Amino acid sequence: MRFDSLLESVGHTPMVGLPNLSPSADVRLWAKLEDRNPTGSVKDRAALAMIEAAEADGTLTPGAAIIEPTSGNTGISLAMASRLKGYQLICVMPENVSPERVQLLTMWGAQIIASPAAGGSNEAVRVAKEIAEQNPDWVMLYQYGNPANVDAHYRGTGPEILADLPTVTHFVAGLGTTGTLMGAGRFLREHRPEIQIVAAEPRYGELVYGLRNIDEGFVPELYDESVLTRRYSVGPRDAVRRTRELLEVEGIFAGISTGAILHAALGMADKAVKAGDSADIAFIVCDGGWKYLSTGAYEGTLDDAEDALDGQLWA
Amino acid sequence: MAIEVRIPTILRPYTGGAKIVEGSADSLAGLIADLEINYPGLSDRLLEDGALRRFINIYIDDEDVRFIGGLQAPLADGNSVTILPAVAGG
Repeated sequence: MRFDSLLESVGHTPMVGLPNLSPSADVRLWAKLEDRNPTGSVKDRAALAMIEAAEADGTLTPGAAIIEPTSGNTGISLAMASRLKGYQLICVMPENVSPERVQLLTMWGAQIIASPAAGGSNEAVRVAKEIAEQNPDWVMLYQYGNPANVDAHYRGTGPEILADLPTVTHFVAGLGTTGTLMGAGRFLREHRPEIQIVAAEPRYGELVYGLRNIDEGFVPELYDESVLTRRYSVGPRDAVRRTRELLEVEGIFAGISTGAILHAALGMADKAVKAGDSADIAFIVCDGGWKYLSTGAYEGTLDDAEDALDGQLWA
Repeated sequence: MAIEVRIPTILRPYTGGAKIVEGSADSLAGLIADLEINYPGLSDRLLEDGALRRFINIYIDDEDVRFIGGLQAPLADGNSVTILPAVAGG
């Protein structure tokens, strides 16, 4: 496939069957390989869509500075696009993310402001909002509330899945900004009203939930509960176990959040088998494992990996 | 056997610092009422106007209760309940 530039090549990712992990010929799992995007993650879709929307409505002008709270992938996507389009990028990132993410952002030319580990991305959001207020010229695209994030999946991810898998019965993805599930979920339900839209959210160690009070909790503005059928919380042990299984059994080297999603997808497959239903379960491979090699998730026992991930923002 | 309930750091002042407590009930609403007897004040941190607070998530065996009946979600001995504040991802 030929494109005029790297930015043009976002999306149109392959969907591959998982013949070894699928429980039967009637209950099948399909992986949508979003790691095959320009910077290696699903976030390229939302990042480019948000930049293009801000250019179109005049918010983003040549040479502008962009500030964004991110735990990594969105920042990396924005950094690549900003580099090519001539924007300056400032990322507010929790200090407990993997060093690979910091290195990549720096290479693409982003500036990084660290937010405290306790409170995780909530703190990054709070700090970014504060800084944006002090610097009214800076543009915050704000992935948690920007409709262009949802729209990227409504226009891209959703239609691609339906085209490749018209018999889709389940769509399983990670719940972060909620953009993937809201956008692709809405599109798929419009065309397959019986589809189950299933969210897998990472359950981190206690440090990440270390808010000072409950009112500091955070629900993304984009989130609409009515789009989802079910929502699961997946801890690091199950996420790592499935990440390793995906590599060992199907050859796919994915990041840890994908393991959490696969865990929920396999749960759905199990329910379908028990109910005697046939199912085509599509799930998102968010990114490859490269950025997480230093976390300890890919070596040693599951106990070792679980201990190593405690306190880290692994998804 | 009872129902094991995991309490987040932020709510442990109500459980005397305990990370895991036990309760007994056949629904989530019943469980919260049962916990309130031993841990007064906890219920008010979980509920607002009779509904689950916006920034509180409760899971029964890792599944979000909002999709399986909310406060009416059924419980049985041996279930594990996890309470967490809502945090951002991405």
